[in-house]
Amino acid sequence: MVVADVRSPRRRAPGRLLLIGVALVFLGLFLVLPLLAVFVQALAKGAAAYVAAIGNPNAWAAVKLTLTVAAIAVPFNLVFGVAAAWAIAKFEFRGKNTLITLIDLPFAVSPVIAGLIFILIFGSHGWFGGYLRAHHIRVVFAVPGIVLATIFVTFPFIARELIPVMQAQGKDDEETALSLGATGWQTFWRVTLPNIRWGLMYGVLLCNARAMGEFGAVSVVSGHVRGLTNTMPLHVEILYNEYNYAAAFAVASLLALLALLTLAGKSLLEWRQPELRHAAREARDRTRRENT
Amino acid sequence: MATPVAAVEVETPMPRRRPRRVLPGFGLTLGYTMAYLSLLVLIPLSAVFIRSFGSGWSHFWEVATAPRVIASLRLSFGASLIAALINVIFGFIVAWVLVRYTFPFRRLVDAMVDLPFALPTAVAGIALTALYAPNGWLGMWLKPLGVTVAFTPLGIIVALTFIGLPFVVRTLQPVLEDLDKEVEQAAASLGASAAQSFARVILPALWPALLTGFALSFARAVGEYGSVIFIAGNMPMRSEIAPLLIVTKLEQYDYAGATTIAVVMLVLSFALMFGINALQHWALSRHGGR
Repeated sequence: MVVADVRSPRRRAPGRLLLIGVALVFLGLFLVLPLLAVFVQALAKGAAAYVAAIGNPNAWAAVKLTLTVAAIAVPFNLVFGVAAAWAIAKFEFRGKNTLITLIDLPFAVSPVIAGLIFILIFGSHGWFGGYLRAHHIRVVFAVPGIVLATIFVTFPFIARELIPVMQAQGKDDEETALSLGATGWQTFWRVTLPNIRWGLMYGVLLCNARAMGEFGAVSVVSGHVRGLTNTMPLHVEILYNEYNYAAAFAVASLLALLALLTLAGKSLLEWRQPELRHAAREARDRTRRENT
Repeated sequence: MATPVAAVEVETPMPRRRPRRVLPGFGLTLGYTMAYLSLLVLIPLSAVFIRSFGSGWSHFWEVATAPRVIASLRLSFGASLIAALINVIFGFIVAWVLVRYTFPFRRLVDAMVDLPFALPTAVAGIALTALYAPNGWLGMWLKPLGVTVAFTPLGIIVALTFIGLPFVVRTLQPVLEDLDKEVEQAAASLGASAAQSFARVILPALWPALLTGFALSFARAVGEYGSVIFIAGNMPMRSEIAPLLIVTKLEQYDYAGATTIAVVMLVLSFALMFGINALQHWALSRHGGR
């Protein structure tokens, strides 16, 4: 029969090679070259200049601030993500789809607008501007503003990874634990958490990458005080605008390394838990099926 | 993957006697979710709208229709549209190749597709600028051809294509994996050519996913700031994107102006997402929905 012939490699070969070629050239131009450029430019003035750029006190201050902001923003969104996923995955209630859409809302908002909203609230002309000034509290152009903007921008990451994972787990395990006399907290720590740990790490990984790399939102609220309110991406911008390209790319190379580590960790988790890759899609399908 | 959830609420028939909730924590977790969502997202976001209405309609209209604002909005939405279309075409090819063919380093290539998600936008911006600058690795080859990418609207399209690529690939991949090869084989055995089977069998099944990928890539591109400002040149009326104009107005302490542009951007984006969601829903219901 002809059927067996349809996908024989010989017949498909020219088209196949052409498509693979197009895909690889496109990805090479758009992904590999920029990544390569970062490291080549970082080392353009030699290893000594590279080490000097990274050892600069302002660069260190930026690294520290970036780590601090991520260390606050990620746990906040983690607790929220777990709570939201518990409510959405384990219970039926009206307006659930609307809630899921609202959780995704920050993804549809420009990072610049994410920064702007916190200036409108906490800035000197903002809603709480007068109160904050009277009490000598700085939110905008200071670390709290950077943290708030980062939380906003990374808001949906962990929740949207956990919701499908928890939905897939169902609630049988938890109900069994409860019927055997476990308390709610015991059930959560001993049954739910081990079940969702890979999904949790996946969400934290993605959330952290964005938190450390966020530029637009943080740029608007930071005020660019060198050594004080400059995160690593902002420090890169300042060095670049001063035509200090080698130093800018040196700091950028640290962020590129973080990106590569994130991708490696992501692949590792997907290898351990293949469902993670398309979890979001499956959840959407499930919601759709339940609704029809 | 960021997937807009088609929010359809169909009443599920309630059982006459509500089953007792066995699991604890519903009130606590839902309450916390709502409070956190309201405090950090909904109330702050509403501030933009409230502030912009505060300055009055005539002022709003005056700012929104200023030539420089219109030019920046047209550039942001136009460049995003072109970038999203490029991503639909090449993202389709990349997804197809990754799902259907085996070749060396396929797993590595697959993992690399997510680079734009993981790489901070500022880093992407300066890297692309270095590549496409007249003396850069790519710019020096384009210069003799008379093509200038860096510091022109073309550069903006390049940056936005970079940012949006994973959205299309990651939305298409699972659908392509689910696609029954038997249907294609049946089409072929019934005498359909490769082109016919592609147009009549494969494409209809992929429409909803293609639309979703397009919409996500477009939405991300419209708001993008970090990767664009380095490569754009940022000339008012020519290569100044709307998010940059917001930042410029803020730096001039023109809060009303910045807020107005933000509101226009948000309304346009939401309307567009809503329209595409509806279109997608229509496509899904027509093609049996996967």
